[in-house]
Amino acid sequence: MKQPVRQPVVEIDKLWSVFHEAGRDIVIHQDLSLRIDTGELVSIVGGSGSGKTVLLRQMLGLELPARGRVTVLGEAASGMGREGAASRVGMLFQHGALFSAFSVLDNIAFALRELNTLPRDLIVDVAMVKLRMVGLEPSAAHKMPADLSGGMIKRAALARALIMDPPLLLLDEPTAGLDPGSADEFCALLQSLHQELGLTVVMVTHDLDTLLELSTRIAVVADRHIVADGSAAEVMAQPHPFIREFFLGERGRRASALLQEPLYGPSSLLANTKT
Amino acid sequence: MPEAAPTLTLQTTPEGAHCAMLGGSWSAAPLAEPASWRRISQGLADLVTKGSVRWDLRAISRLDHAGAQVLWNHWGHQWPAQVQLNAGQRTMLERVAHFTAPAVKPARRSARQAFLHLGKLLWLVWDHALGMLALVGQLLLDGLRLLRAPGRGPWRDVSGHIYHIGATALPVTALVGFTIGVVLAYLMSRQLRQFGADTFIVNILGLAIIRELGPMLAAILIAGRSGSAITAQIGVMRVTEELDAMRVMGIARGYRLVLPRAIAMAVAMPLISVWTTLAALLGGMLAADVVLGVTPAYFFATLPDAVEISNLWLGLGKSVVFGLLIALIGCHYGLRVKPNTESLGQGTTTSVVTAITVVLLVDAVFAVLFKSVGI
Repeated sequence: MKQPVRQPVVEIDKLWSVFHEAGRDIVIHQDLSLRIDTGELVSIVGGSGSGKTVLLRQMLGLELPARGRVTVLGEAASGMGREGAASRVGMLFQHGALFSAFSVLDNIAFALRELNTLPRDLIVDVAMVKLRMVGLEPSAAHKMPADLSGGMIKRAALARALIMDPPLLLLDEPTAGLDPGSADEFCALLQSLHQELGLTVVMVTHDLDTLLELSTRIAVVADRHIVADGSAAEVMAQPHPFIREFFLGERGRRASALLQEPLYGPSSLLANTKT
Repeated sequence: MPEAAPTLTLQTTPEGAHCAMLGGSWSAAPLAEPASWRRISQGLADLVTKGSVRWDLRAISRLDHAGAQVLWNHWGHQWPAQVQLNAGQRTMLERVAHFTAPAVKPARRSARQAFLHLGKLLWLVWDHALGMLALVGQLLLDGLRLLRAPGRGPWRDVSGHIYHIGATALPVTALVGFTIGVVLAYLMSRQLRQFGADTFIVNILGLAIIRELGPMLAAILIAGRSGSAITAQIGVMRVTEELDAMRVMGIARGYRLVLPRAIAMAVAMPLISVWTTLAALLGGMLAADVVLGVTPAYFFATLPDAVEISNLWLGLGKSVVFGLLIALIGCHYGLRVKPNTESLGQGTTTSVVTAITVVLLVDAVFAVLFKSVGI
């Protein structure tokens, strides 16, 4: 595979995220810096409440930095939500966030349809391709979100996020709530999309299997900043207590035992993954 | 970074063959620019008349699924005889070709299905009636249970609901009542003055407001304000599975959800009704003073003679019934919400509309039943 030219897609510089609650300030991130390059698949890991999802929301401009800068695709993240955002970034929310009033096909086609230019038939064709690309049956097109299973909701939401082929895809707990079979399928799907479309993917996950299988890089959020950043092997070598517990605890050992040579040769991580 | 607009130019080789040269960015956003799309769709339409065309895609800077779909659809879902493209573009087009499927049309409803749907609607009405009956029955049983052990009743819930349904509704009901009183007095004063029957304003205002308008206005406002809130609260509990959680813990939802709301409504509604009546009388009295010169002192002195006290009891009695009905209808629709947000919205709307309609209908029944009382 040709190595793409390294360009920062996301650049976070000394970010402070602060929430005001009941008269006091709760600091979520303090001087957090992170850089994500084109074509990477970065997983953000951290304990509950460590601000992983807030970090994703900062990249989307849904939260504003108290201090510091978040730059996405060369512009400030606060401006991400303006018109045409669907062609710059796709987001898979944890619970799908499908529009409950629309059918699956209308959900997927929504961003394209809002442009009001392309003919209806073409939009339906494009949406159907995305629908089948994420592994849904054509018969699911006219179902309502309320009638879908958890895995189908994730798939439909992924198709909706990809409708304009954005260069950056953000995923919040993509495999949470899926059974192991569906989670594996979803991982394989994400990996093939990442490779074939050349997407930059940022993913928040707790699922060690997903994490080790997919990521080209892992960033660990703890103590309000990034405590480790690198390949799985590099991150696991860090002595931070959270990392020890997360990767080298019982569950972590079981997951990394699935990969041969877990601690050596970061490139072997990629070679071992399913295609 | 703005992407280059997609381009399509037609070249004719010396041998007379047509060659379509594609360039720029063939991706969704630039393609959907109205000017670009007009140009491209016109260009593609012109090509159809040219017969066999040689395609050259190599100058395209970015080809995404939307762009590939445009080409694939133009080619009639098959590869053209002569096409030059790079590997990435080929993969993209192959993927689009692989996944392109005829769109599944949503199933149309046949005449028979429409007929069956009508039948379903009738059953739905029956279902609602049964549901309401069950709710009323359950409320009676829960009421008996409360009477047997009043100390263990959900009194904290009741007081909370009385505050939310009653106390917080005071400003809006007062404002509406006062305004209606003023309007009524102004309208009446012109008619009464024609007959020189100015002083009868006290009788008209007193009877209309105490017997009808006060309880009705209060009931309609509370139905819109608190009836919807009851449905939404219980409906959200359904969506978030809180109702199931209660059931699993063995807590009767009739006793914990419906009964406190029904009691709170039955207590708060007559109080709100009196409050609205007072506000409306105040508005009418002030307006009568300004327009007709009927002094408040005269108003106060005449009111007890003009309006029998039974009218007040009738108004209060009606209010209790209205309150119970609004609470029961709110709970009924709340418990029927299906676990999705759309159903929640529908349930809330239907609940308010039904509550207001039922209040008006029951008020008419009261008017007929008690036509000989107090007039």
